[in-house]
Amino acid sequence: MDNNQNNDLKSASSSNGDFPGQTYELPGGGIIISSFTDIVNWARSNSLWPLTFATSCCGIEMMSVASSKYDFSRFGFEVARATPRQADVIIIAGTIVNKMAPVLKRLYDQMADPKYVIAMGACAISGGPFFYNTYSVVKGADHVIPVDVYIPGCPPRPEALLHALITLQQKIKSGLTREQIRAENLQP
Amino acid sequence: MYRETQIINDSRKISSNGEDTGEGELVINVGPQHPATHGVLHLVITLQGETIQKVEPHLGYIHRSIEKMCESLSYRQFIYVTSRMDYLSSHINNHGCALCVEKGLQVEVPPRAQVIRVLMNELTRIASHELWWGAMAMDLGAFTPFFYAFRERETINDIMEETCGARLTMNYMVPGGVMFDIHPNFQKRVKDFIQLFRSKIDEYDDLVTGNIIFQNRTKGIGILSKEDAISYGCSGPVARGSGVHCDIRKLYPYEVYNKVEFDEILETAGDSFARYLVRVKELKQSVHIIEQLIDNIPEGDFQAKTKAVLKLPKGEFYSRIETARGEFGVYIVSEGATTPYRIKFRSPGFSNLSALDYMSRGHKIGDLMAIMGTLDLVIPDIDR
Amino acid sequence: MTNEELKQHITAALPAAVFDETGEWLNVQVEANAWKHFAQWLRNGQLNMDYLFCLTCIDWSATPTGKNLLTMVYHFTSTSARHTIVVKVKLDRSKPEIETVSDIWRTAEFHEREVFELFGVQFLHHPDLRRLILTDDFEGYPLRKDFEDPVNMIKL
Repeated sequence: MDNNQNNDLKSASSSNGDFPGQTYELPGGGIIISSFTDIVNWARSNSLWPLTFATSCCGIEMMSVASSKYDFSRFGFEVARATPRQADVIIIAGTIVNKMAPVLKRLYDQMADPKYVIAMGACAISGGPFFYNTYSVVKGADHVIPVDVYIPGCPPRPEALLHALITLQQKIKSGLTREQIRAENLQP
Repeated sequence: MYRETQIINDSRKISSNGEDTGEGELVINVGPQHPATHGVLHLVITLQGETIQKVEPHLGYIHRSIEKMCESLSYRQFIYVTSRMDYLSSHINNHGCALCVEKGLQVEVPPRAQVIRVLMNELTRIASHELWWGAMAMDLGAFTPFFYAFRERETINDIMEETCGARLTMNYMVPGGVMFDIHPNFQKRVKDFIQLFRSKIDEYDDLVTGNIIFQNRTKGIGILSKEDAISYGCSGPVARGSGVHCDIRKLYPYEVYNKVEFDEILETAGDSFARYLVRVKELKQSVHIIEQLIDNIPEGDFQAKTKAVLKLPKGEFYSRIETARGEFGVYIVSEGATTPYRIKFRSPGFSNLSALDYMSRGHKIGDLMAIMGTLDLVIPDIDR
Repeated sequence: MTNEELKQHITAALPAAVFDETGEWLNVQVEANAWKHFAQWLRNGQLNMDYLFCLTCIDWSATPTGKNLLTMVYHFTSTSARHTIVVKVKLDRSKPEIETVSDIWRTAEFHEREVFELFGVQFLHHPDLRRLILTDDFEGYPLRKDFEDPVNMIKL
């Protein structure tokens, strides 16, 4: 990708302790040299607040990830916000039906930039087990809002959701937000 | 709790039917996006100040047209869909469907499979009531029980995963028995779990049930009398909290429930605290049932011999089973083909929800969450 | 009570009832215009059927004998005496109308709303007959056998 600021995978997926940049120790203090985008992306990815949006069974696996065995607050998803105005990432856990699709769009619109979407479970990816012979299921949440990460499974294991969250963090650390990409592509 | 106040047209307040309401009346929306506990339920509440006048549920935000879909699935295939309806008691839903198909085929389930099925049912019931307990305490503002509840649930999920292969939606029950035999570790792990859990229930009782704030928020709230519980078609702990005998395991016993000893928990007060106590005591009864059965699993087949493609004879079949929420009924109308002609799932949440309006009139808006918590609704079960 | 005693009581109240005992429970076939009166007798009379646990509708138009037929099915049980009966009411598919029973059994309110929007059966004197689970702009009655939706690939 042209807009990858940091092609080095090792430092892009660095743990929370590593700061993206170079530090120079000098007597009396130190100097940190980094690029502004790197620092902002590092801060954004390590503190994504999810919106509590669970329609059906995958919601229970999301709640399992939130509880103590597969904790996701150690990755920065500590505060699960109930209102979209304060959330960064929306994890679509469950089936989206025709009646719920405008509600989902409204929630997505209310979120502030930069915002990310994770489609969890087979139903959110493509309609899942309810693909054939149903008159009311939207066959995939990406018919409604743009999705960043897809997690297969019915329901996916909590470790799969954690893997997806880490992948999202890598994606954020390694590139620009969707709006920035669109703005760049519009320029000649 | 996410509420969106709906005030339209510069301070003219409009009721949900479009008519002008009186002075001080307000219409607010709760949902469809809740903080992840109940699912997608949209309630339109008409308030006079802070007192509830009317609660109107708007359903359909997770209506996945399961009944229409099942008309194109074979009798072995439609069972997986019911796992996703009431996902917290997924084994029990599958069991109900398998019972209905077996009733039509007149197949005898071997004793080993019967005992395994009952063990799985009771473990699922414990897991579901644990999640209910944690979620209800979280709704009322106590965040700690949520983590304790999920800790027990994870142990049960691990036991299930070893035997059935999945944590939440396991398609383990098939018409004729169960799909695989239990894992060799199953008995030991369940015994260890029971031993641990017995001490935990008392700890949880002290933590939440004996808490003075919790008792003040649930005693005397949401009273449902016995006649109203019957008239609204309530079942399960909602009806047992009002004194109605409706435990399917006692009234119409299936599998080995007539051979194990357990009590049907009844409370007469009819308020939220009574419904809460019914579920907590049911946890203890489930543990008692598991203790009686875990050492006495008979040897033999785990699945009766059935044909690969099942065809039910022409007719109608109804089977009922007690899930963690109430009576789940499966009604199959068959015309002799390989797919059912019409399936109707009688879900417990649908009838329990219809009593919400009646129960919450006259209470304050803050009591509504206590009432909804004790109803233990799972919305995909209601919308099907 | 046994099936024989139930049959005697029901015939005494409604002589035109037709019985069918092939299923697990006693099936009673009632005419649509006699339904409300029979329902009130079931609730208040000697049988004391106070628990309505299943209310649904079946569209028989895919079978050779039921081309123009919708059947309402009600399952009742009595909490005091523990007997169960199933009542069936036949409706004409072109104009399905039946009296509501939501004033006798409060659970019927939601169930009848659901049958109304999925099958198109009109319930007379229902307090609030509106859509419950489908979107507001949905056209057609989805659970009828002739419902076709080329967009969503419904072809059973």
